[in-house]
Amino acid sequence: MELVYTAKQQDFRMEIRDWLREHVPVERLPSFDTAEGFAAHREWEKTLAKGDWGMVTWPKEYGGRGCDLIEWLIFEEEYYRAGAPLRVNQNGIFLLGPTLMEYGTEAQKSRFISAMAAGEEMWAQGWSEPGAGSDMASIRCRADRDGDEYVINGQKIWSTRAVFADWVFGLFRSDPDSSRHHGLSFILVPLNAPGVTVRPIPQLNGLPGFAEIFFDDVRVSADNLLGGEGEGWSIAMSTAGFERGLMLRSPARFQQASKKLVELYRSRRNDILDLSIEDAVVQCYMEAEAYSLSTYQTASRLQQGAKIGPESSCNKIFWSELDIKIHETALSLLGPRAEVEDSNAPDQALVSAWLDGFLFSQSGPIYAGTNEIQRNIIAERLLGMPRR
Amino acid sequence: MDFTFSEEQLFFQQTVADFLADNVTPEQIRQRWESEHGFDDTTWQGLAELGAMATLIPEEHDGLGLRFDDIIMMIQACGKAALPEPVIDHSFIAAPMLAQLQAEQPSERIGELLASMATGEKRVLTAPMINPYLNFAEQADHLLLQFGDDIHLIDKSEIEFDRAVSVDRSRRICAVKCKPNGSTCLSNGKLGSELWQATLNRGALANAAQLLGLAEALVQQAVRYSCDREQFGKPIGVNQAVKHLLADCAVKIEFAKPVVYRAAYTVAVAPNRADWAVSHAKVSATQAAQLAARHCIQVFGAMGYTWECDVHIWAKRVWALANEWGDVGFHKNRIHEWLVQPKALLGPEFTFGRRNIRDVEAID
Repeated sequence: MELVYTAKQQDFRMEIRDWLREHVPVERLPSFDTAEGFAAHREWEKTLAKGDWGMVTWPKEYGGRGCDLIEWLIFEEEYYRAGAPLRVNQNGIFLLGPTLMEYGTEAQKSRFISAMAAGEEMWAQGWSEPGAGSDMASIRCRADRDGDEYVINGQKIWSTRAVFADWVFGLFRSDPDSSRHHGLSFILVPLNAPGVTVRPIPQLNGLPGFAEIFFDDVRVSADNLLGGEGEGWSIAMSTAGFERGLMLRSPARFQQASKKLVELYRSRRNDILDLSIEDAVVQCYMEAEAYSLSTYQTASRLQQGAKIGPESSCNKIFWSELDIKIHETALSLLGPRAEVEDSNAPDQALVSAWLDGFLFSQSGPIYAGTNEIQRNIIAERLLGMPRR
Repeated sequence: MDFTFSEEQLFFQQTVADFLADNVTPEQIRQRWESEHGFDDTTWQGLAELGAMATLIPEEHDGLGLRFDDIIMMIQACGKAALPEPVIDHSFIAAPMLAQLQAEQPSERIGELLASMATGEKRVLTAPMINPYLNFAEQADHLLLQFGDDIHLIDKSEIEFDRAVSVDRSRRICAVKCKPNGSTCLSNGKLGSELWQATLNRGALANAAQLLGLAEALVQQAVRYSCDREQFGKPIGVNQAVKHLLADCAVKIEFAKPVVYRAAYTVAVAPNRADWAVSHAKVSATQAAQLAARHCIQVFGAMGYTWECDVHIWAKRVWALANEWGDVGFHKNRIHEWLVQPKALLGPEFTFGRRNIRDVEAID
């Protein structure tokens, strides 16, 4: 155990810090759940890519820097410290990217990964269906093989950012006689293909962050199949899946939020506050740091060749509940100002940021597998409790 | 940046854990409850022979000269076994305090005492003001007693013991009365104050590591019971309501571990700036252990509320240790004090201080 950054790691930190200082937009970009905001965030992704900062852990040939996980953590720390825009292509870079690296053919990798890293193609995900939420294995959306193509029919729902994205990846039933997690295939579908209809669903903040996607005889090349036909389930659940779980929400995000919370708290200490505020502020700061320490520990273990295990299911519960706690505490500190979405008040930007974050935090325990499902996974796979 | 334990560290922990599995079973713990002093010499001697008591004593005093992060998992293993004997106080709190004193102001007498502590021949325990009750003080040859900033080394014969009964029958607690004087005083003033500060941190951290082990042991037992116990024709563990009770404990434990290990590293390399890390460890581990005690008793149902069921061996230790070496309120206050300082280094780039924990600029 040596909790000291190497000189190389220090240099890396200063390099990204300097670059971000010069490039991060001064004005906060509009929400990427609006057409204008999406376009602005897409531009930001291109700027990042030009500096080779699009996805630092990827190999150089795909626009990355071949960084290890510790360097990735440093990158994330500096990224959130600088208040850089959220990653509009997170479905692509955090979720699909690692899966493509592991299961993609050479042709698929060169076709999709570079475009993703360059900020040219934005991805949406297509897992859930009206009848397949937590029970994802009951997927019904079909992909029937017809020569060199698949013909897709059915519906996906809760596809984040599909309204503005270019592509969707997801699981489709390629064997019509199969059931549950058998006979599913992992397929990449262009959203501009004939027969695709994307219908926006306003999220809690009123913006079209979600979409339903309808597939009506949509033809895609069989080259867009990732991994083997019928192997979609295991690809989606693979080791890469666990690593995605590690990278989806980096600790820096919550450390930066809890730092802001401490600053807000310091500025209101002379007001009459909820008696639990001191405790909540201390608790939030501690938990954000605990998440960081835990991630450094996992990253160190993985770097020494260990495999990420079912303990990683604890992550999502921990950060999603922490995120809610941070924002609830902030709103409590803001008092009657907390409800105000828009006004001419001088501190409106601050209030809006906390309120936006609070609304978004409500989704944390739901997306990427509800926290109830995560608790089942922890009980069964980490603790060894009986399934039935 | 490497946040993993070495082969040697893991091996040392495993050696102690194996010894405890054979020598400190629930039946043997209950036997201690029936005995007059509740102290098992064989266990004490066995752990001394494994080298546990020599770990933090410098090599020139027949010790192994190890660091706190080398032995943190050993303490966790002692917690997991609910070890009654005060091996932790002797080896990981009293010994490094005397070793630190010896480094600052060497004396032949303390050097010899350290050497006899390394073999377990002499028992020395600490008596800080923060702990009104001392565990197994009557079994100590000497107490290191706090009197303001003073450190007094008091012989057993000079102490009057006022026994009390702990809710945890494995603990034999008492208040102590004695008359410290110039001849018993080892150190005072700035050095005394610094040594007590470092001792409080080692005590609170050792306590946190035990709580972590206790929490793990509680959850393991509840999981086993949930697999065996059947109701409605199925093991009770198939029910999500039961699963989620224990999953919540697992999450708390999982995120207390790295906090405790980071504190151990900080105590080892930068003891003067370890307050924040130690308090964080104590709070996280206590919260995890208290939740584990609560939820695991619940999983055992009516059995969990009996004397016969072994769960209370661990649960009661949790309830006792939660308030030793500073309770959660004390430690949260230390964190709060730091958070409101304008010069506190906050934010994602400071997880390990300005550049690293050793950095002198780090938390000043």
